[in-house]
Amino acid sequence: MDVDPAALRREFPALGVPVHGRRFVYLDSASIAFKPQVVIDAVVRVFIHDAGNVHRGVHALSEAATEAFDAARAEIARFIGGQPDEIVLTGGTTEAVNLVAHSWGRAHVGPGDVVIATALEHHSNLVPWQGLCAERGATLRIAPIDDRCRLDLAALAGMLDDRVKLVAACQLSNVAGTIAPIPEIAAMAHAAGAVVVVDGAQAVSHLAVDVTALGCDFYAFSGHKLFAPTGTGVLWGRRALLAAMPAWQTGGEMVASVDYDRARLREPPHRFEAGTPNIAGVIGLGAAIRYLATLDRAAIARHEARLHRRLRDALAAQEGVRVLGDPEAAVVAFTVAGAHPHDIATIVDRDGVAIRSGHHCAEPLHHRLGVDASARASLALYNDDADIDALIASLLRVRQVLR
Amino acid sequence: MSDQRAPRTDVDDLYQATIVDHDRAPRNLGALAGATHHATVDNPLCGDVVTMHIRVADGAVQEVAFEGRGCALSRAAASIMTTMVQGRPVDASRQLATAFEQFVQSAPDAAIPDELGDLRAFSGVRRFRSRRVCAMLAFRSLIQALDSGT
Repeated sequence: MDVDPAALRREFPALGVPVHGRRFVYLDSASIAFKPQVVIDAVVRVFIHDAGNVHRGVHALSEAATEAFDAARAEIARFIGGQPDEIVLTGGTTEAVNLVAHSWGRAHVGPGDVVIATALEHHSNLVPWQGLCAERGATLRIAPIDDRCRLDLAALAGMLDDRVKLVAACQLSNVAGTIAPIPEIAAMAHAAGAVVVVDGAQAVSHLAVDVTALGCDFYAFSGHKLFAPTGTGVLWGRRALLAAMPAWQTGGEMVASVDYDRARLREPPHRFEAGTPNIAGVIGLGAAIRYLATLDRAAIARHEARLHRRLRDALAAQEGVRVLGDPEAAVVAFTVAGAHPHDIATIVDRDGVAIRSGHHCAEPLHHRLGVDASARASLALYNDDADIDALIASLLRVRQVLR
Repeated sequence: MSDQRAPRTDVDDLYQATIVDHDRAPRNLGALAGATHHATVDNPLCGDVVTMHIRVADGAVQEVAFEGRGCALSRAAASIMTTMVQGRPVDASRQLATAFEQFVQSAPDAAIPDELGDLRAFSGVRRFRSRRVCAMLAFRSLIQALDSGT
């Protein structure tokens, strides 16, 4: 069955609002994806019908909220092939990675140890490791990539020894659009005794994710790139690892019993969820995942793959355009000779085309590729051929405006 | 609620000929021998960097040059600025920076002060909220250099 992009597009109200009087062409879903009506409805419903707090009241609204909240956690677990008690709800990928750095990292990384991050990492899967290593007297090493932005597995193998405690890798690069071979990385890291933390922020909305098949130890992602509200995120961790990890934030909700001088903490995942959670956001994330389950995801994947090839090839064929790396999915970052990415993004915006410009929170990767910044077009399931045509047509205007 | 997110405006008003000219052929680009003051300012939006070199003597900016890569707006602002503060007393240079910052942040249809000279070409940036910082980067590095005192 083929995807009907027009029908999909109608399910996302934000796409129906013209920008600068033009049909809205949204090519920045790698930054934030729009919400389908069913997610918006689910969130609104929380504020009206399930407006109580979770896990503490016995009144009807609290029970309704708790039921919907726990159901969302179960949906999330099924979505990535984990168990509900392995799903820690966070504010996003960044918080999820910080949780691992602060809790697992401080307990396991010491002086002389090594943490490895790949050269592709977003700041959120790099800066927490810089901080951990600085604090613990450990060393951060960067696993190199080739010019196509593929991870150099042989080089990574050469870096792994028993001093390496952790390997951090993104599954789908938010700049290069390359897909990392997580199962191979995990096997290599495990052989050296290291754990693997995967940034799945870009991957979850494009690839079928099964944490068991990936073989990683922690998997982090955000709701807002998965058609769910901002301020939602997930850390999946192996049960045995989570069970042995200390709390990193403390307070209400995460304790079993409290005396004035001590507290007994709850089991995971609650141990890592201090305070009242983002109830409406989490229920919205559950609704987004249920929405995806109603779609033919194989057909969506084919649709996205075809659009991505067209986008990549059309951009590469433009005079003066350099596509960064050799993107495999979802995103294409590029530069245009004689035009700064910010100027490109400003000019195409006035044609109703939204793209990202800058370093996309991956400044070291841009320097590795010899550029300060890039423009980036990224796809989601609601994009279509007209979106790509609009970007290409608008890029011609960039040259006219900047002469 | 309007069914449009923003009124349509023309990017030609943003990228006026003066700006494109200074972007294509920036004046006073490079190092400055004998400079007395330096400062480097980042644009956190994109990682762009402007470094300003100034030679101050007799209470005036005698020479000024800038380095760094950036968008058309930040390059043109730096280039035009250097042509305008060259030979200008330090106090008057600071006043120009203040006037330009107020201008960039003013309403899109507000009066354009004559004292801004070629900087008046930035009138269009007033409609592009996210790009104001690009226009102001050069003056901010100028002020920081003057404040640095070295």
